[in-house]
Amino acid sequence: MENIMLKIEKLNVNYGAIHAVRDVSLSINKGEIVTLIGANGAGKSSVIRSIMGLVKSQAEEMSYTSPRDNKTVSILNRPAEAHVKLGISLSPEGRRILPQLTVEENLNLGAYIRDDVKGISEDLEYVYSLFPRLKERRRQKGSTLSGGEQQMLAVGRALMSRPDLLMLDEPSLGLAPILVDEVFSIIREINSQGRTILLVEQNAFAALKVAHKAYVLEVGAIGLSGTGAELLNNPKVREAYLGG
Amino acid sequence: MEFNIFIQHFINALSLGSLYGLIAVGYTMVYGILRLINFAHGDIFMLGAYFVYFATIFYKLPWAFGVIISIIATTICGLLVDRIAYKPLREAPRISALISAIGVSFFIENFAVVVFTGIPRPVVQPPILMNPIEFSGGVRLIPLGILVPVVSFLLVGCLLWLLYKTKPGLAMRAISFDIETTRMMGVSVNKIIALAFGLGSALAAVAGIMWALRYPRVEPFMGMTPGIKAFIAAVFGGIGSVPGAMIGGLILGFVEIMSVAFFPTLSGYKDAFAFCLLILILLFRPTGILGEKLEDKI
Repeated sequence: MENIMLKIEKLNVNYGAIHAVRDVSLSINKGEIVTLIGANGAGKSSVIRSIMGLVKSQAEEMSYTSPRDNKTVSILNRPAEAHVKLGISLSPEGRRILPQLTVEENLNLGAYIRDDVKGISEDLEYVYSLFPRLKERRRQKGSTLSGGEQQMLAVGRALMSRPDLLMLDEPSLGLAPILVDEVFSIIREINSQGRTILLVEQNAFAALKVAHKAYVLEVGAIGLSGTGAELLNNPKVREAYLGG
Repeated sequence: MEFNIFIQHFINALSLGSLYGLIAVGYTMVYGILRLINFAHGDIFMLGAYFVYFATIFYKLPWAFGVIISIIATTICGLLVDRIAYKPLREAPRISALISAIGVSFFIENFAVVVFTGIPRPVVQPPILMNPIEFSGGVRLIPLGILVPVVSFLLVGCLLWLLYKTKPGLAMRAISFDIETTRMMGVSVNKIIALAFGLGSALAAVAGIMWALRYPRVEPFMGMTPGIKAFIAAVFGGIGSVPGAMIGGLILGFVEIMSVAFFPTLSGYKDAFAFCLLILILLFRPTGILGEKLEDKI
């Protein structure tokens, strides 16, 4: 139990009368890739946005244990700007690149809370090594990037705060199949360097293949959970999300 | 027109235009971040002029002190306006903040009438700024005419450096596109908004001080016309763009001074030119000279 990084008990999110997330409980261990899959509108993004403090939510528990000092704090409804300092960062759905800022400025914004100039430039090089295309385009405005490049920038920007828990919301959405493979191999690589990852995906097959643990979200509630491999072989999951 | 007269008009236009620009920068920064037309900005400018008046003429402090006190006091007022009148309305529909801005403007003006009285007060200009300097070709300029554009350009230059070379500047530019994403990066948005109000107010204070020296009197409604014209300048240059605000201000200054210089009979229509410019730009290039289409934020 020492290893739990994020623990959520009975999370509920309401948008007015719409009950988007119901009694969702999940936990993420340090070093894992955990994925949350489900159909469009199942509440996946709401869960991740709630963890990030972007939507008001209710929960019995939402606690985060920082591997930096092993202190456990409640992050329920903690303002989003306080999360990066704890070591949590999010690459949001729809990439949310700042269009008039250059690629490098977008990345520097990701390192906003940091003051270690040397470390920041190391991480900038690290992000450029993961995504060489971004280095070529470092002086270009975000708006001039292709969809795939914007996705790389969103992931790179989320890495710039040196997060312990990296949350990725639909990183493969709208990407060409060859880029999808690339994104998932990079997710593996980032994880192998010691970062814990929470991955929200519609592309269930690819997500389950990389995930240590997976939760299936159905209309706002957890339907199934298990290891990635278990769910990949689960007939119900195969039928509903993997095309039989 | 003789060359020496033209040069004098040119310097006049440059100096009036850079004052408009300096005020316009405050409008454009706040609009860029909050999509709010800060109607109280012209009145903040007026406060800057009054503070320097009281410091130097009433309390007989040296000008250097007066200027510093005025900038600090005006900045505090600008921050208070944001804190009291706009911050509680951040989540409210945008029209609420706009109405609040109009209210704040009336409040400051009328409060100034009560506290300072409505009687215009003469500003004693320091002779060092007013003694004309002779140049070759019969050009005579007062140092103030040169000081105003130099100070304005210097300050806007500093502001641009801050916006493009520092972290708070990066955050300020980022917020103007996407507040939520900027928050996720750990930027505390209210601090950056306060910074924008503070900087805008400090620049308005400097503009107010120089305005009070140039047109040597202060009165509670002195911020209205320059405020509206500076707003036009901001729209003209492309609202949201700092260089645009400065360019818009300069164009407005030149149109105003030069139209009167070349067509003295039209001098009564001086203020109308500014509004004609506004109508023309809104008809033919609504985004202004340097403006880009600003998306409504979610």
